[in-house]
Amino acid sequence: MTRVYDDKGVIVPVTVLQMGPCTVMQVKTEQTDGYNALQLGFGEIKKSRQKEPQKGHAKKANTDPKTFVREVRLNDEPQQQLGDQLKVDLFADIKYVDVVGTTKGKGFAGFIKRHGFKGQLASHGVERKHRSPGSIGVVSGNTGRGIRKGKKMSGHMGCERKTTKNHQVVSVDVENNLLIVKGPVAGSNNGYVTVSQAKTKK
Amino acid sequence: MTAKIMEKVTNKHLKAQVPDFAIGDTVDVHVKIVEGDKERVQIFNGTVIARKGSGINASFTVRRIVNNEGVERIFPIHSPNVVDIQVKRSGYTRRSKLYFLRDRIGKAVRLREKWIGTKN
Repeated sequence: MTRVYDDKGVIVPVTVLQMGPCTVMQVKTEQTDGYNALQLGFGEIKKSRQKEPQKGHAKKANTDPKTFVREVRLNDEPQQQLGDQLKVDLFADIKYVDVVGTTKGKGFAGFIKRHGFKGQLASHGVERKHRSPGSIGVVSGNTGRGIRKGKKMSGHMGCERKTTKNHQVVSVDVENNLLIVKGPVAGSNNGYVTVSQAKTKK
Repeated sequence: MTAKIMEKVTNKHLKAQVPDFAIGDTVDVHVKIVEGDKERVQIFNGTVIARKGSGINASFTVRRIVNNEGVERIFPIHSPNVVDIQVKRSGYTRRSKLYFLRDRIGKAVRLREKWIGTKN
């Protein structure tokens, strides 16, 4: 993330997204696949690490295998052809976008960090249980139904797909192929994300 | 590579020329203020006690005493609202952050003036 100034001189926190250029790796149409979609690829793979099936697939589009390959569903039949390059100018007239990324991994996290619980008191007789969750349910007796499935507890946090919605598009840099959106996006620096027009806000 | 891309984005918002000022200087900061649809420039005078950050994140802290009460303002150097920074007096310091001035009152706040120029 970085910051830029708007025309009133107010600081806007922004995330800079490099928008490809993405190569069309496969074109799916209703006749051939039952639905309309484009498979887009982005990012180079070192030649020694390219695998034969990847190479074969990429060869149809006349490109090299890509590190990040995602499918984009379309309502109508795609006009793009195999091997076409998609750039940021597609977003020229769009005001708000949704961004999907993979969050940073936090490892095995306690329930306070993971779910925002409060834990126990610091004093008033609490001993050695300041960060424990307290009761997690009634297990025994007639009313007891045991610990319910999906009860929020400690466990692995992060490394999951996360969509952040309605980022305002601050500017579109066609020359450098950059999309600059307001606010933070899931994932680390240099992480891969997919960007689409906002579903709710127009 | 990331740094280069970030530079491309932020370079447009950087000022072409940043006024030359240092820690310990007494400065006049000209700040643009918008009231309704009127614009005017207000001057904040004080001692520069810190400079922080680099690139577009660079900022500086100015401290002054108003009615026996210490007042500090932090300005982003590249903000378009900071119109001008004028150095009125240069103070001699041996450190980059003058936070010790916060504990001082009255005449002790003064800094020894930096000697600029040549002999004769």
